[in-house]
Amino acid sequence: MNGIHDLGGMHGFGPINPEKDEPVFHAAWEQRVLGMFPPMAVAGLFNVDEFRHAIERMGAVNYLTSSYYDHWLHAFETLALEKDVLTAEELRTGHAIGSGPRATPALLPAAVPQIIASGASARVDMDVKPKFKEGDMVVVKNMNPLGHTRLPRYCRDKLGCIDRDHGVFLFPDTHAHGKGEKPQHCYSVYFSAQELWGPKASRNDSVYVDLFDDYLVPA
Amino acid sequence: MSDTHDHDHDHDEHDHKHPHGNRPLTDAELRVKALEQVLTEKGLIDPAAIDAVVDTFETKVGPHNGARVVAKAWTDRAYKQRLLANGTGAIAELGYSGMQGEDMVVVENTATVHNVLVCTLCSCYPWPTLGLPPVWYKSAPYRSRVISEPRTVLKEFGLKVDDDVEVRVWDSTAELRYMVLPERPPGTDSMSEDQLAALVTRDSMIGVAKIAPPKR
Repeated sequence: MNGIHDLGGMHGFGPINPEKDEPVFHAAWEQRVLGMFPPMAVAGLFNVDEFRHAIERMGAVNYLTSSYYDHWLHAFETLALEKDVLTAEELRTGHAIGSGPRATPALLPAAVPQIIASGASARVDMDVKPKFKEGDMVVVKNMNPLGHTRLPRYCRDKLGCIDRDHGVFLFPDTHAHGKGEKPQHCYSVYFSAQELWGPKASRNDSVYVDLFDDYLVPA
Repeated sequence: MSDTHDHDHDHDEHDHKHPHGNRPLTDAELRVKALEQVLTEKGLIDPAAIDAVVDTFETKVGPHNGARVVAKAWTDRAYKQRLLANGTGAIAELGYSGMQGEDMVVVENTATVHNVLVCTLCSCYPWPTLGLPPVWYKSAPYRSRVISEPRTVLKEFGLKVDDDVEVRVWDSTAELRYMVLPERPPGTDSMSEDQLAALVTRDSMIGVAKIAPPKR
């Protein structure tokens, strides 16, 4: 979707203002939010593409006026409600309705180091034929899907070149919507800065974007 | 709660991470508490698992991991080749792997190429080697600007890149995670791998800084 999250190339957000000696967390609630991600994901409450899309759907004003961990919290609540994991009433009262736990936590504390060390690669071990090879010139499709996509607006309809083939990965555009993994090749695609940003951009500069087969056509 | 009250506490560094003072809980604090409690009561999550995740990212994982990778690449030519050819495998040799670094790509800064990383669509970042991202990396100003005006942004970070050097911006729009292998600073020939690792900064591995030569 052409949402506010797709920030690349927008103007008007001001200077960057890095914080000196920034702590890892700025508040205890941020720790709880970060820490909840693996237990919820391992419990199968959502996948990362559904999670990102829940953030993208949160509304432009809300997105820009809330912090990173606010975004995460919003996504957790949204997905838990949409998937009937809990009710609005339960969130409001802070207690589960009904008697006793209905499950055993999927991620126990002892398994946390292993889960973090192994992660969950989106790479798919499947022999899928690539549509392109290194050095191929490609044009990015001018597509504007309403759902989740990892194709930024700034490179649509632009001419690029396949820099390298990363292999086969699941496709976020379908995976975010329960429409399967649709495994396909993902490439680093080279764009000259001038192709993306016009003649005022430096002639020497370039942008590399990771794009899927379904986003690209031969030039 | 009153704005004034909240304001007072925003500037109290000690109280920052311990919301047990005399102020009411914020909206986010109440919501997190409720969500954690409901999921726990339903038996879906174990709060001790949350503690373990937090502890890992607060005390174990961080840019000191990436610094080890960089120092080894500077001192071991074969390792550097493996790192640039297969980032995931070479980084795992040093024991760093997993969540948000499952598939790694390392890009090398040289005298003619300067690489810098961004995630314009969210805030993807290589957790196993760099830890959790700083706020500025996740912010709208950085994500919107570095992709289209990298030289201006780098200048704001205090880094002037010569006109004849190619600036490459890597937008991690898929599940690859990137890390910059910064240039080894001059005057470090006699330094050990440990000493070199101590020079390597987080910002140099994002690509918004170079590594300064050691002070004499």
